[in-house]
Amino acid sequence: MQITDETIEYVGILAKLELSDEEKEQAKKDMASMLDYVSKLNELDTDGIEPMSHVFPINNVFREDVVENGDDRENLLKNAPEKKDGCYKVPKTFD
Amino acid sequence: MDIMKLTAIELGKKIKSGEITCVEATKAYLERIEVLDKEINSFITVDSDGAIKQAEEVQAKIDSGELTGPLAGVPVAIKDNMCVSGMCTTCSSNILNNFVPTYTATAVEKLKDAGAVIIGKTNMDEFAMGSTTETSFYGVTKNPWNLEKVPGGSSGGSAAAVAAEEIPYALGSDTGGSIRQPAAFCGVTGIKPTYGRVSRYGLVAYGSSLDQIGPIAKDVADCAAVLDIICKYDDKDSTSYKDASEDFSSALIDDVKGMKIGIPRDYFAEGIDEEVKSSVLAAAEVLREKGAIVEEFDLGMVEYAIPAYYIIASAEASSNLERFDGVKYGYRTKEYRDLHNMYKKSRSEGFGAEVKRRIMLGSFVLSSGYYDAYYVKALKTKALIKKAFDDAFEKYDVILGPCAPTTAPKLGQSLTDPIKMYLGDIYTVSVNLAGIPGISLPCGYDKDGMPIGLQLLGQAFDEKTIIRAAYSYECTRNYVRPAYLEERGL
Repeated sequence: MQITDETIEYVGILAKLELSDEEKEQAKKDMASMLDYVSKLNELDTDGIEPMSHVFPINNVFREDVVENGDDRENLLKNAPEKKDGCYKVPKTFD
Repeated sequence: MDIMKLTAIELGKKIKSGEITCVEATKAYLERIEVLDKEINSFITVDSDGAIKQAEEVQAKIDSGELTGPLAGVPVAIKDNMCVSGMCTTCSSNILNNFVPTYTATAVEKLKDAGAVIIGKTNMDEFAMGSTTETSFYGVTKNPWNLEKVPGGSSGGSAAAVAAEEIPYALGSDTGGSIRQPAAFCGVTGIKPTYGRVSRYGLVAYGSSLDQIGPIAKDVADCAAVLDIICKYDDKDSTSYKDASEDFSSALIDDVKGMKIGIPRDYFAEGIDEEVKSSVLAAAEVLREKGAIVEEFDLGMVEYAIPAYYIIASAEASSNLERFDGVKYGYRTKEYRDLHNMYKKSRSEGFGAEVKRRIMLGSFVLSSGYYDAYYVKALKTKALIKKAFDDAFEKYDVILGPCAPTTAPKLGQSLTDPIKMYLGDIYTVSVNLAGIPGISLPCGYDKDGMPIGLQLLGQAFDEKTIIRAAYSYECTRNYVRPAYLEERGL
């Protein structure tokens, strides 16, 4: 399968990755060869087969909406790349 | 007495009897790490002071009779994708180079409750994506059997640390073989439990429908003892199995009389090393001689497991790894124009090549127009793979085969051709897709002296039968240490 520049740009947006020109060329090659490889699955007749997301019958698990964890703001903020006034600091999100 | 040669259970006994203290044992392992780890690089983080403090506390609880379990006081190492409160957890990625979790993974918490002393965090492939531990941002781990070879991956640090006797046992995680294959390459034993057996709470997610935590240790009994501790229902993991607890150690019985063992013919068709093949078949013969009924059969679907796996795992990874955006924790790029640019640059600078490759592939197969052709097709294939195993387990108690088609490759040879590297996962990935348990244990050595791993697979939630088969086989062999340790006078 041929991967175009447009496809790589689009996937880069979905993946939130900014690739250098060199990385883009490599990604085109890697993705094309991987997609060629996985197209082996087309040999299989899967008509009428239910897609299986989980191997065991798993149902939604409900619990009471009770707060169990305490206020750990200080420790959590220790991991923040940038913080201000007890909050995470991010670039302006709208004008 | 040479503490380092003991298994985890043997060490636990000596600590319990007062022959050695928990602090002495902990210091001995810290010293071993100090001596060897500059060379092996199994560890990303070693918490010497914290470990000694934990050891003192654990010893007090052993003395008071509060802690009585078989692994109380025994040091452990944790793969660096499991959160330990206050201990840096990197997933071997630059994007988490300074991340210190505020909570502890349930599996680790269970070990702590049982008196484990956490010495540190082990090296791995970045976000567990790889089969060699070479994609780690923190340098490669070397195989103690031959320092020019890889330890396998992605739990390569955990397996190498156990083989080099830097730790009696370790936790790993297995999404497509990441416990079993490094155990095989390093001549030690590892179990991937049934999906749902061990809580994934606090395990940094890669492929959530496939990930499972498990032990790597010197022998089957140690692995069973770890499972006895970590397999517990956990309401913090919505895929946790209600009846997760069992007495796995009760399956350590040297008897396989009448056990039905199937060997998939398709595992030996092509691409497998002759030496691996003959070692594995010789192991089957040993079990036959001990009274097992051993037969060859056609499993089917073997060649479709890797394509299905890489579609599903990459899709889940692309979604799971969206959380790394440089906002709340981890790496943030230095210069950026706006919020979106900050996300993109932080991620692009923070992730390594293999991680980006899988995020790109995953994003593509989930994108509109390709979702049905790739992702849904893979989920249907998964259903067929599960059915192939279900059919096999109608006839057999255990499926026996190799863990990997070759022994450990040389460092630097695998990453240039990703698909070739992925093909090495042929015997392991289908096990995760089917959710069933698998154990890998040593069964021989190739002409260069590198270990070969035997893999035994069981029905879902029937770890006990593979533990019994593995233990029966193990009883015919002695544990072999890497010659490297002797050469170093250790």
